[in-house]
Amino acid sequence: MNDPPHPAASPPTSPHGGEVSLRVVGKPLPKVDAAAKVTGRAVYADDMLLPRTLHCKILRSPHPHARILSIDTSAARRIPGVQAVITGADLPVKFGILPVTQDERALEHEKVRYVGDPIAAVAATEEEIAAAACDAIVVAYEGLEPVMSIEAALSAPKDERIQDYGGPNNIHKLVALEFGDVDGGLARADHIREDVFFFQGNTHLPMEQHSAIATYVDGKVTLWSSTQVVHYVHRALAKVLELPMNRIRVIGAAHGGGFGGKTDPFAHEIIVSKLAMLTGRPVKCTLSREEVFYAHRGRHPVLMWVRTGVTSDGRITAMHFRSALDGGAYGSYGVASTFYTGALQTVTYDIPAYRFEGCRVFTNKPPCGPKRGHGTPQPRFALELHLEKIADDLGLDPVELKRRNFVKPNTRTVNWLRVTSCGLVQCTDAVINASRFHDRGKRPGHGMGFAISSYLSGAGTAIYWNDMPHSEVQIKVDRGGVTAYCGAMDIGQGSDSVLATIVAEELGLQPADVRLVTADTDTTPIDLGSYSSRVTFMAGNAALEAARKMRAMLAGAVAAKAGGDASEVEFRDGRIGGFSFEEACVLAESRYGTLTSAGSYTPPRIAGPYKGSGVGPSPAYSYSACVVDLDVDTRTGLIHVNRVWIAHDVGRAINPLLVEGQVEGSVYMGLGEALMEEQTFRKGLHKWPSMLEYKSPTFLDMPEVETFIVETIDAEGPYGAKEAGQGPLLPVPPAVCSAVHDAIGVWIDEIPVTPEKVIEALRRREKGEPPRYGPPHFPSIPYPPTIKVEPPEKDASTAAI
Amino acid sequence: MLRLPRFKYLRPKTAREAARMAAELGPRAMFVAGGTDLFPKLKRRQFEIDTLIGLDFLPRAIRNGSDECAVDAGVTLAVAARDEHLIARFTGYAEAAGVVSSPPLRNAGTIGGNLCVDTRCNYYDMTYEWRKAAGFCLKKDGDICLVAPSSPRCWAVSSTDTAPMAMALEGAVILVGPDGERELPVAALYRDDGIEYMAKQPAEVVTGLRLRSTAGSRSAYVKLRRRGSIDFPIAGAAVAAHFDGDVIVSCRIVLSAVASYPLEAKAAEEFLKGKRLDGDTVREAAQLASKPAKPLDNADLSHFWRKRMVRVVVEQAFERLNDQRGGVDG
Repeated sequence: MNDPPHPAASPPTSPHGGEVSLRVVGKPLPKVDAAAKVTGRAVYADDMLLPRTLHCKILRSPHPHARILSIDTSAARRIPGVQAVITGADLPVKFGILPVTQDERALEHEKVRYVGDPIAAVAATEEEIAAAACDAIVVAYEGLEPVMSIEAALSAPKDERIQDYGGPNNIHKLVALEFGDVDGGLARADHIREDVFFFQGNTHLPMEQHSAIATYVDGKVTLWSSTQVVHYVHRALAKVLELPMNRIRVIGAAHGGGFGGKTDPFAHEIIVSKLAMLTGRPVKCTLSREEVFYAHRGRHPVLMWVRTGVTSDGRITAMHFRSALDGGAYGSYGVASTFYTGALQTVTYDIPAYRFEGCRVFTNKPPCGPKRGHGTPQPRFALELHLEKIADDLGLDPVELKRRNFVKPNTRTVNWLRVTSCGLVQCTDAVINASRFHDRGKRPGHGMGFAISSYLSGAGTAIYWNDMPHSEVQIKVDRGGVTAYCGAMDIGQGSDSVLATIVAEELGLQPADVRLVTADTDTTPIDLGSYSSRVTFMAGNAALEAARKMRAMLAGAVAAKAGGDASEVEFRDGRIGGFSFEEACVLAESRYGTLTSAGSYTPPRIAGPYKGSGVGPSPAYSYSACVVDLDVDTRTGLIHVNRVWIAHDVGRAINPLLVEGQVEGSVYMGLGEALMEEQTFRKGLHKWPSMLEYKSPTFLDMPEVETFIVETIDAEGPYGAKEAGQGPLLPVPPAVCSAVHDAIGVWIDEIPVTPEKVIEALRRREKGEPPRYGPPHFPSIPYPPTIKVEPPEKDASTAAI
Repeated sequence: MLRLPRFKYLRPKTAREAARMAAELGPRAMFVAGGTDLFPKLKRRQFEIDTLIGLDFLPRAIRNGSDECAVDAGVTLAVAARDEHLIARFTGYAEAAGVVSSPPLRNAGTIGGNLCVDTRCNYYDMTYEWRKAAGFCLKKDGDICLVAPSSPRCWAVSSTDTAPMAMALEGAVILVGPDGERELPVAALYRDDGIEYMAKQPAEVVTGLRLRSTAGSRSAYVKLRRRGSIDFPIAGAAVAAHFDGDVIVSCRIVLSAVASYPLEAKAAEEFLKGKRLDGDTVREAAQLASKPAKPLDNADLSHFWRKRMVRVVVEQAFERLNDQRGGVDG
């Protein structure tokens, strides 16, 4: 057997696209799983019904804040059909997605912190029996004063704190960072403006409710779950069940939508695993829609204050940004969310001096976490509107003011973020021209608004600190074809299609020719999961490396047989050189033995030299620009969105159909957040945990969307690709509020922009009050002393890392 | 997930047979036609029954007479909304049927079902677990009204779109009971009570609706809701009027979703008699009409805003009447 050739010896394509002609990358092909999804063949977790499956129901707290005095499960256990009842005493080990906030239990037996906190679970032969048994469990509580707002959380608690860490009072996390000389920058400014904004919390609303089914066979737990991150669920199960990882297998079932809502390990996943261990039978739990609202981990409600200094021609001299996040009852991703509310302001605008003070509080609500855009749509909303107001103050066109401050490609921001490819100008030109923004006609109640944004193509650091790759792919080739293995989870965004397309491109096949095995901790190498828009970039690069190694072997074997240079061997239409793919496989397997290859991706180490610098760096940033056209009915305050133009710098569209789908979905979600969605509470209870009463736009509320794909061919992305799944949401809410101002001359400084807020703002204007609806002030927060960080050199290529 | 409870399904062949079954079974049983509101409520345990009596035998015809239209209770909302005769002569009724919920539910929901649809409240239209956490209310399992705790009564909101319009058109329903049939004005079908919101006997089946064009030559229904589809009304105005040239001879204005029953705005009706429909008159009438509306904090958006919007929907409904005539005064 010969040693496999090094892929560099036979470069099949130039490293990152560019001039080479691509055969499947860039083509609008249907998703590889489209037919299975639309014909009902895809097997979701709730579709699985293994022999002897038991059904699980979870008893949840009816109180927002209470101590548990006792739990009596005896009546529940006596109900025929009940096979097991467990409480927190059976699962005492704490877990949590971030190593620094291991504050959750699968079942709470000491204290409950929100209505919906899990207390006990039943496995029974039928779901109705399990529900009846939950109702028969008697829990004695000692009620505690609930904390239901940011302001309340900042004050001394009447009874006791929600969590026993953090502080003072119910503060979870405080951050204070300064890059450059902010006071000096403000002193230099010709104009200084301060504003306060509020971004209401909202939830992901995936079509599929969370569902998980577990078996326990031969001492081994297998869990199928609707999750975005099999690896993190694997780790949490090992910790709480106190089993070695090799006795647990987590498989991602077909997925009906996540948007960040399935990125934490969840109580029900641990509970069904434990119940399967206790009963020896498969156990399934599918959350009700109401329970999904309680599982939450959605958008944090964030109160924001921003002060910016500008020169008379609109150049930013310094910015000071404060955020206060309502975190709900547990940590979840909250520490990262807090940093994210301050991190990405600098990757769109050149801010020479920047101070960020952030605060997250605990409240007695379902925990907040990551939702599409994780922690960045809120500050983006504030920043874009704040700059619109500054432009108003200076009598400048807001588009022009923003353009004057755009970051340049290949620079480093004041907070050490490395910007590489950047299509801000192209995106802005596309939407401004297409919408005829500067020639817009004026009719009563009609307006247009503009905003831009940026997002990560994957977080540059892992959730738990380690030096391993973030994504790994293996490829096996034999006479039966090509199989690619990767831990990445397709949550509907099309990551399976991206993997298949990249492997197919390199091997001269069609995506449908590539068999995929994904998101299975037993059979696939680790990928950290579908969050932070990382899969195309990271798993894509890993797949590219593995595919090129495989290509080198196949080309080497073909060249050895037919003569000539391996680098000249052409892969196209299922043929390799003069051979069919199968013949080439026979040649290569004869020459090298079993044909396997592996690739992995580790992001560059580009974090700045300060504590907290792990949140914000990404190997590349996507950019978006958006124009919203709408009409406001001044009698009702109802808003009708007529059209949205959106341009997105995706680096390169591996599949433009999928990119457009992600962009349109982002616009949809952004409009929902801007106009109606809100996770609100009354008397400690979620006000409307149902799909009917929690308002999200219908088809009729969705306008025409004109999407422009901007390609900047990123130097490090696979074929130049960057993210598309989250960034395009960000400019939509501020563009809506800007358009409302353009239409009727009032500022709505908080979302959702409900009709009652519009009417109230109009009433204030009529009465001669400031024509604005929004938070009146920002609370006083005991931020710690500011950590001062020396800014880097601006030119990314020369910056010290 | 939420499961339906187990129940027996009875399939009578006539309304009389259905009524007798209901009389015999009492509160253990309910009628089901389209089931679009009933099944979710069974899942949430708002209705606790062990038997459903199917009304799929109900005829599904729309019969047009010279100045009357008889609509069978089994006619779906979708069919009523696109019936040319209804659109031409009972415009507001076809409009109301066409804005109930969403297209799939209008294909299943019936006009009889919409007349009988349960009152709504966002302390009540919740799962058993949520209601248990909230402490239960008068309408189901509890003993206080969670919207107005000092009130002795239930304030759940009448949420039918078609009933206010049928009332404005002075319609009548045909009721079949265990012992016979009777006709009742739609206005007499409802009571101002969130729990006992219907005045018919529980065992009586609504088998049809009669609309008479004597009630008004022009009619319109305006529904206020947050989204373009799916949502129940959070305010609404049904208006029907007779004109002599430009002058209103008589009119009826009935409001939806601002009380536990379709609320007739009698003062505004009186005010408009003999008046021309110019802008000022409409504004004044709308102001008068909105007075008796008392929305509470138990539906979507704030009750302050909903109260304010009653005036707007009445104005919009009269604007529609003017549009139908092809010209606006004032």
